Formats: sequence, structure tokens, C-alpha cells
Amino acid sequence: MRSRRPGIWDVAQHVASAVLVSFLLLPVAALFLTLSWEDFVAGLRNPILLPALRLSLLTTTSSLGLVVGLGSLLAWRIARRPGRASRWMEAVTQLPAVIPPAVAGVGLLLAFGRRGLLGGFLAEHGMAPAFTTPAVIMAEAFVSAPFFVQAAIAAFRRVDENLLVVARTLGASPFRAFLRVGLPLAAPGLLAGAAMSWARSVGEFGATLLFAGNLTGRTQTLPLAVYAAMESDLRAAQVLSLVMVALAFALLLVLRRLGPGVTWPGPEVRVA
Amino acid sequence: MSRLLCRCLALVLVAPAARSEGPRELTVYAAASLREAFAELGKAFERDHPQTKVVFSLAGSQELRTQIEHGAPADVFASADWKHMQALVAAKLASGPRNFVRNEPVVVVPKGNPAGLRTLADLPRAKRIVVGAPEVPIGAYTLQILDAASKRYGAAFGAAVEAHVVSREPNVRQVISKVALGEADAAIVYRTDALVSKGGIEVIAIPEDLNVVAEYPVAVLTHAKEAKLALEFVDLLLSPAGQETLGRFGFRPGIGG
Amino acid sequence: MLELRITRRIGPLDLRIDLSMGSETLLVAGPNGAGKSSLLRLLLGVVRPDAGRIALNGDVLFDADLEIDVPPEERALAYVPQDYALFPHLDVLRNATFGLAALDRRERVRRAAAWLERLGAGHLLARYPAVLSGGERQRVALARALARTPRALLLDEPFASLDPVARQELRASLAGWLREWRLPALVVSHDPADAALADRIAVIERGRLVQQGTLEELRRAPGTGFVAGLIESAPPAGAR
Repeated sequence: MRSRRPGIWDVAQHVASAVLVSFLLLPVAALFLTLSWEDFVAGLRNPILLPALRLSLLTTTSSLGLVVGLGSLLAWRIARRPGRASRWMEAVTQLPAVIPPAVAGVGLLLAFGRRGLLGGFLAEHGMAPAFTTPAVIMAEAFVSAPFFVQAAIAAFRRVDENLLVVARTLGASPFRAFLRVGLPLAAPGLLAGAAMSWARSVGEFGATLLFAGNLTGRTQTLPLAVYAAMESDLRAAQVLSLVMVALAFALLLVLRRLGPGVTWPGPEVRVA
Repeated sequence: MSRLLCRCLALVLVAPAARSEGPRELTVYAAASLREAFAELGKAFERDHPQTKVVFSLAGSQELRTQIEHGAPADVFASADWKHMQALVAAKLASGPRNFVRNEPVVVVPKGNPAGLRTLADLPRAKRIVVGAPEVPIGAYTLQILDAASKRYGAAFGAAVEAHVVSREPNVRQVISKVALGEADAAIVYRTDALVSKGGIEVIAIPEDLNVVAEYPVAVLTHAKEAKLALEFVDLLLSPAGQETLGRFGFRPGIGG
Repeated sequence: MLELRITRRIGPLDLRIDLSMGSETLLVAGPNGAGKSSLLRLLLGVVRPDAGRIALNGDVLFDADLEIDVPPEERALAYVPQDYALFPHLDVLRNATFGLAALDRRERVRRAAAWLERLGAGHLLARYPAVLSGGERQRVALARALARTPRALLLDEPFASLDPVARQELRASLAGWLREWRLPALVVSHDPADAALADRIAVIERGRLVQQGTLEELRRAPGTGFVAGLIESAPPAGAR
């Protein structure tokens, strides 16, 4: 009997895994390992930290609400009504994901800025979004929408049409069929999409900087604060970075708890 | 088979070291306000030094200084104020800095002057003021100017201006771009930025007794790979020809210690 | 009394059906792709006919000329698709009460539980569809549909996904129930053995109704090759 020695394919897997995992782990670990406790405490006291944290939580929650609220309806329409219009709309929702954030910022300025396409119209109604907190929400919603909408479309597409037809025959209006059948069945996919979308908006930098500006308490979100702190107080930048890493971990934990639990009893209905 | 793999691996690892003799590269880190002037000086330098390419990295001086502190491979550093240069000297990353130009901060407004500003004292009338972040040289100069102005025009002036600041940008070009886009009603930038800006702005001078003079030092960095070329570039900046070029872009003469 | 006269083009299929039925069970048979399932969807209001009229007990559900098109949720037709389409995220009881939203909670539960009991699924109330057998799902789906006291029953291949034993068992039960309820019932099937359920048979080929009648009538004069084949495999007369 020939014994099984590790072949080159096994070795390749081990090497590749070791290299990539180390590469991904090291920068995050460095944030922890190079910060002493005193520096951590000192950095916590930096006055830009708390406003940035508060602002990031406020704006990302708002932009998530906007994206999920509007995006669910859009995704439902695209998923359940195939056709040319749906295909076109789906393509449009994918755009922000492939546009560099700085480009998105310029675009937002040229669309909603004072001299932008809608500038005059907005001014007439007393609105000038650039450099305001709503501008942060707009920038975040713009860059994070594709992540939710794409996931939602996929999740809604997976809902068996027969279920919706039967729901209708049982007296449910199209809205009730969506609410009581479509939505619950797509929920795991929607949640995962929302999480991805939220993560993207928390990290949003380029579009925010250009469209909303950089002002502590009003538009300086966590990423902008890290950038500003980098050039004056590295410890503060590190502490801010750790705060963001903590947020990311929390998100991952929530996702993992949701993941396996949110499948309907039985193997055939496991949702990806 | 594994022999072949080993040989390929060796080649891949060794190849970068076996660099052929190509053109030499001089890396200059310079404040954002020097963009156009240095572009021209860079071309002049390349003409005088065949087989040499000048590569620029332009950003807020504070950003460049941070990068150099973290080991960025630069040969020359030209800053828009002495604070960042001195930090590098103290860290023994630069030596022998010399002042090579001066610059004048001015107030800029969008074309048409929507807020109707005529002098610095009118600044509170601007509803949206954009300035440089405090770490950026122009931001620090702005704070000094506003401080002096508050002493002259009263504390209400300073408070009102502060209340109307909507953004603190990471470099002076970002500041002026907001004005050019019409997004800001007023900002404080360098006169040289106003000169190269492609229209869309108007300039309001700051009273001389309230204004600060921006001093730009330049130095060769300690770990420069092309130390000799770096010194020659600094010489170019300080030469009559270099000073004339800089003057054409609106910089004031400023050779000093 | 169900009257149906509709035309509809679906892809390459040109559907043109004209039939009427009383409170009887009609087997809708035909080869694959003939348009049987499409017929059900047109009747349900899920697909809109190009032209024609559908009326049930005098109520017009669809009339192209009068521009009447009653939405599916108001047609009071019970539907059990192939694979039964039980809502996987709801337990059996909540599946059965899904169509009873108009009633108050107690009445809802009472009625649904009664139907489930009647169809032999009363012991499954708290279970989820994923753990049920095919036969159990069939019963729950029927109970869910009937709890709304529909005016007609539409079944699409009711036994296709069952093993032979369950199939026979359920067919016998269903035959009994259909006789008991006296509802117009359309059973779509390509299985000749299901002729045992029906009072009459309608054969559809390539979108057209090629023949309809009792099993005896079809046997006496089979109109097409498919009908002949159907007769051959159908249970002998009197097997009902």
C-alpha cells in the first residue's frame, strides 16, 4: 500500500493560506500591538474622537435606513418584474460600486452642489446640502446602496413564485404577499446585504470628504477623523482605528449569530 | 518538475535586483501650492540633467511630513511653513533647510462675489467659509490672521467667522476648489493659488499689518537616495533662474536661513 | 357553474379554450406543454387572457370587452400547485390560517384546525412544512385552501411528487372528499390513473381543447392518439 505523502498541491494550499492570512491579519494586529495602554488612554481623550463616533453612528444608521427602506422596494420590483426596465435599473444600482469614491464625491457636488444640476432648484427651496450632515448621509447612501440592493435582488429572486401566487389566491393583496411571504423568506439575504452596506458606509471617506467637507461634529466621520489625526496625533489615529475595528468585529459577530440561525427548519430551504 | 519550479522561483526573486542602468529619478515632496511652479522647474532640471527624471508628490505639507516620518522615499522636501520642516530636522530626517520663497495669503471669493465682500472685515458676511485644517500650513496661517483681525475688529468678528466655517480641508488646493465650484462664499488661500486658478474666483487682499508672510523652506532629506541630484535641485531653486520662475507664478523672493 | 372562454398567446403556445362545468370534478389532461398549467393560471387571474370571458356562478371574473379583471385575491378560488407551496417559514397551523385574515383570531384558529383535522392533518399543527412527508403536505395544502370556503378548487398535478403508496391512498381520500364537497374542481394531471377522480375529462393538446366528456364517452370515440393512449391506461369503468 502506498502511503500518502503531501503532494505539491497540498503544499501550495498551505503556503498560500499562510501567506494570505498573515497578510490580512498583520495590519489589524499592528494596530493593537504597537499601542501602549498609556497611549491608548491619551488617545481616547482627543476631542475629535467622541464627535466622530457619534456622527458616524448617526449618519450610517440614517443612510442604512434610507437604503434599506427604498432599496427593498426597488429590489422587489426588479426581482419580481423582469424586463428591460428592470435590467436597466439593476445596472444603474451597480454603478456606485465600481465608481471610485472620490469620483462619486465630485459627481455629488456637480449634481447637488450650489452650481450643480439641481443646485438652483434646491436653493429655491432653501436647501444647500453640501457641507452639511445630510451630505454625509447622501454620500454614504450613494456608495453603500449597491451592496444592499444587489443582495436584496438575489434574495427576492430566490423566493419561489408559487408561494406568492398561492398567497394571492388565499386573499393576500400584492403588498401583503410581499410583507408576509416575500420579506420573511428573503430576510437572511436582506440582513446580510444590510450588514455589507453598513460596513461600506462606515468606511466611506473620499466622497464624504469632497461633498460634505471636514468639520468636527458636523461632517467629520470616523474615517475622516483618522485621516486628520494621522497628521497631528498618531496615537489618536490609532485609537480611532481601533474603535472602527471594534465596530467591524461587532458586525461580524452579529452576522455569524444570525447566519446559521436564520434558516427555516429543514435542509432544502437553507438560504445562502 | 520541482527543479523547474525552483529555478523559476529563483529568477523571480533575483530579477528585481538585477536592475539595468536606466534613467535616474529624483523624488521631490512639495507643498500643494508649489504644483505648477515646480512642474516647470522640474522640466528645466531635466533639460540640464539628461537621463534624469523628476518625480513630484504634492500634498498638504503636514501629510508629506507624516509620510517622510514613516519612511517615504523622498530626496527633497519643500514645505509651506517652518513648523513641519523643523519637526523633520529635529527627527534628523532633514538637514540644512533654507528658505527659498515667500507667499502671501489672500481672501478669495467665487466669481460674482455673492456675499458681497469688499475687505477682510466683511468676512463674517460670508455664510460658508472654507479654510485649511489647522495642521496644514495655510490653515495655521489663517488662524494667525484671524487672531490678529479679531484684535482689530472685535471678538464678534472672530466668533462669527468661526461659526461660518463649514470645512477644514487637508490642503490648500482643496480649499480653493470649493470656492471655484461656488460651494464656499469665501476662503483664505495663497495669492499664487488664485493666480493659477482657471477663473471662477476673485481676490481680496488682506491688510498688510494683519497678514502673515508664508515662508517656504526646502531641504535635502537625510536618507535621500539621490543626494547629489537633490542638492543640485535645491541649488536650482535658489538660483536667479529658479527665483525668476517662481516669481512668475506669483511667489515673493525669499532666500534666507 | 364555471364558464371559461379565453385566448392567450404564451411564447410559442397559442391557447384557445372554451369550456364550462358545474359542481363536478373535471380532469384536465394532455401531454406536457399543452397548456394545462397555463389554463389554471389564467383562471386564477395570475396571467391575463388576451381576450375572452370567465364567469363563476354568474360573477364575472374577467371580461376583455367590459374591461373587467378581478385580482386573484378576490376570486375566491382555491389553488394547490404542484409541490403544494406550503409557506416554509410558518408552521402548519399558521399556514392554514393564512387565508383567514378577515376573521378574528379565535375563529381563524378554530376553522383552520377543524379543516386540518378533517383532512387527517390535525396532529401536525406545530410542525413545519420541511419535516412533513409529501402526503402530509398535500393534506395541509388542501386544508389551507379549503378553509376559505372557496367557490372552486384547482389542483395541479396533485400526486406527482408522491410515492405510489401515498399516491393511491391520497387519491382515494381526495375522491371521497370531492364527492362530499360538491365544488367545481379542476384537476390537472398527465397521469391516466387520475381519471378515477373525475366526473368528466377535458383533453388539451397544443393549447386547444380537443375532446371532453365522460370516460365512457371518450372510450367509445377517442378523438386523438393521445386520448386513445389515455383511455388505455385509465382504470376500467366502474373503478370509481
